[in-house]
Amino acid sequence: MTAPAGSLLAAEGLRKAYGPTVALDGAEFSIHPGEVVAVMGPSGSGKSTLLHCLAGIVTPDAGSILYDGRDLATMNDAQRSALRRSEFGFVFQFGQLVPELTCVENVALPLRLNGTSRKRAEQTALDWMRRLEVDDLAKKRPGEVSGGQGQRVAVARALVTSPRVVFADEPTGALDSLNGERVMELLTEAARSASTAVVLVTHEARVAAYSDREIVVRDGKSRDMERVV
Amino acid sequence: MSIGHTLLGLLESGPRHGYDLKRAFDEKFGHDRPLHYGQVYSTMSRLLKHGLVEVDGIEAGDGPERKRYAITEAGITDVERWLGTPEKPEPYLQSTLYTKVVLALLTHRDAADILDTQRAEHLRSMRILTDRKRKGDLADQLICDHALFHLEADLRWLELTAARLDKLRQAVVSP
Repeated sequence: MTAPAGSLLAAEGLRKAYGPTVALDGAEFSIHPGEVVAVMGPSGSGKSTLLHCLAGIVTPDAGSILYDGRDLATMNDAQRSALRRSEFGFVFQFGQLVPELTCVENVALPLRLNGTSRKRAEQTALDWMRRLEVDDLAKKRPGEVSGGQGQRVAVARALVTSPRVVFADEPTGALDSLNGERVMELLTEAARSASTAVVLVTHEARVAAYSDREIVVRDGKSRDMERVV
Repeated sequence: MSIGHTLLGLLESGPRHGYDLKRAFDEKFGHDRPLHYGQVYSTMSRLLKHGLVEVDGIEAGDGPERKRYAITEAGITDVERWLGTPEKPEPYLQSTLYTKVVLALLTHRDAADILDTQRAEHLRSMRILTDRKRKGDLADQLICDHALFHLEADLRWLELTAARLDKLRQAVVSP
């Protein structure tokens, strides 16, 4: 495939079935640096599978995914894993913070896994926690902070490596409106200022309203609404 | 929004000239649609006729004379009644969209397409409001939130209808 001009991550003809269930049936996608794209659609439409394929977590049965000109299918597991660690960031519905670590250790974790010294990793982590307005929680453990705070810590962790793409799967799904909006504001502001692209899976219109454009997935097929309207 | 009741409410804090009323209205409620002077004066003459306001004083100047209006007891009661009465929810948008969807099904057009296009249009409005909210003060935020929640309610209806298109087709197409 040829990626759309200027795109950082692009996919076409993605197919993925789990047994008899077809999750993706020819889905397409593309995103530019610094762009926030919402992936919308009803439950079971294939939007999370699309995100997992784009992030190299799931291998599609057919179709191709180009990241920065490189075909994900030509990479081995170790290369894909390195990509996820250094160039991608992840935020899930439930923060998935490591309960035994303090918040600052959680945020610093991706840097530590990349070989950064503890001191430097935690310093960078604190900088990001400050931007996400949770630096006062540095020494607390995830169990001691609220859902909204924990999610902001998770966003700081996703951004700490200055990734080029953040994959956010229902990042506000477990939060009330006010906390959800704050998380979205901080996530999109931080991402845009760092030219980080955000792939945002959500079924909530208020969350999607923080994106630049949306792609609708239905029955495993995608529809780029920008090209339609 | 009832302009008459809003102007009456603004008069409760003390008598004002028509111009002051317009300014207060625009500042507090007229972000999207500032009042025309004509609207203010026609509304005030209606309120005068119904005894809800009275002329508190007249100033002569170079231009036309300026009336200062004050709210009456009947006006205060009217504001109170208005504030205590819930607004009728407006289902007009859904009924227009419903008509479009049903017509699309009846004429074998792509109804999902209509819903997708409408969703994109709603989201476009929501993005503008979200942006205005982010840059605005608390008043802006609350006004935008109200509009956002309404758009979101429409969107939930769109999603639900999209999920039920097959059933709806059966219901409307077969006799």
